[in-house]
Amino acid sequence: MIDDSKPIFLQIAEMIENDIVDGVLAEESQVPSTNEFAAFHRINPATAAKGVNLLVDDGILYKRRGIGMFVATGARDKLVGRRRDEFFVQYVKPLAREARKLGISSGQLAEMLGKEIDTDGAPGPTERVVAL
Amino acid sequence: MSAEIIRVDGLTKHYRGSGDGAPALDGVSFSIEADKIYGLLGRNGAGKTTIMSILTAQGFATAGSVRVFGQNPYENERVLNRICFIRESQKYPDDFNANHAFKAAALFFDNWDQSLAMRLAKDFQLPLKRRIKKLSRGQLSAVGVVIGLASRAELTFFDEPYLGLDAVARQLFYDRLVEDYTEYPRTIVLSSHLIDEVANLLEHVIVIDQGRIIMDDDAESLRGSAVAVAGQAARVEVFTAGRTVIHREGFGALASVTIDGVLSAGERAEAAELGLELAPVSLQQLVVRRTIKGAVDDGSADGAARQGTKQGDTARMEATR
Repeated sequence: MIDDSKPIFLQIAEMIENDIVDGVLAEESQVPSTNEFAAFHRINPATAAKGVNLLVDDGILYKRRGIGMFVATGARDKLVGRRRDEFFVQYVKPLAREARKLGISSGQLAEMLGKEIDTDGAPGPTERVVAL
Repeated sequence: MSAEIIRVDGLTKHYRGSGDGAPALDGVSFSIEADKIYGLLGRNGAGKTTIMSILTAQGFATAGSVRVFGQNPYENERVLNRICFIRESQKYPDDFNANHAFKAAALFFDNWDQSLAMRLAKDFQLPLKRRIKKLSRGQLSAVGVVIGLASRAELTFFDEPYLGLDAVARQLFYDRLVEDYTEYPRTIVLSSHLIDEVANLLEHVIVIDQGRIIMDDDAESLRGSAVAVAGQAARVEVFTAGRTVIHREGFGALASVTIDGVLSAGERAEAAELGLELAPVSLQQLVVRRTIKGAVDDGSADGAARQGTKQGDTARMEATR
């Protein structure tokens, strides 16, 4: 949910992005309206609109006049690509740091990762935060 | 950009009998744009109510100028009938019940929505036929909240409208405010010191302290505009060297320093390498720290107010984007 870590419009944009990556919001499906975001998250509607517009400018969402906002075709691939680029810095580096601190070798780490990725099956979308 | 509907320049107010004491307002200047929700924040006695009273012609300025809808509000019906001011302790005639108060409001406000008033009264479980004098503090506040929302005035001031309202009723107020504002955008000025509760509703924040404006900015630019760095004191010092420090607290060999400014991804990584924790600073913490800092800079006696709001949730912040 909304926290104080960064501007709310960025958090709204990220929630929508998460839902697109998880497949909760399919491409060409309609995104909740700005007002629905505002009411649900109890935030200023102008702030919600700013978050949605960020994704419009980015080509992730597009506007159909008089109807609302929709997920663009190709949005998921675009987001997944971007997140893979960020994956190393965001997840691998902190993981390696903590492993070093605890004296876990790279071999042990690889083994743990292998076990987790293989047995877990589909990484659960249930753990994800669903925007609406 | 939105149209400016309030312009305040060099506003100063001395209350009679305050003697040589500090003025209630000391050269305050700001403007307010149409159709936004503003937060007017500050400690008790900071000058919030004084500003709102002068803007609504219920008080006089000692010096400075005030324009509302481009005009002087004083005895100016064309300005005043577009404004709704819900005071913290609104007085009503002795024999009034809530229905009477709503009828009077309906006569005064062109955009009054009676069905909204009835729905809100029901939401707040307000006894409509009981004399207002006999209502509880919370019910009295609810009468004001209903009038403030149902009047749909172009410009609405809520001066700490929540006194006596329990958490459920306050949430109800915030929800209805967002709902109705979304449908009928208008300018709302909300004064509050329950900053955490209202922070997400605000588009713009004005913070007043000791009669002076110390912050005047978009809520979104303030969010994430400061960060608390915590960890081994020596390392924290190295990392925060050369930055604007808003607040500093220590605990043994550990330190937590709140600094102004947004950290780049590189700086975040650097902090992580140093084993430092970065924690977000909420709007409320930011206001408290800036206010205390102001007091310290002024060297006033209560400056060092022991308000060391603990950095409760030092949730590690991950670098994103």
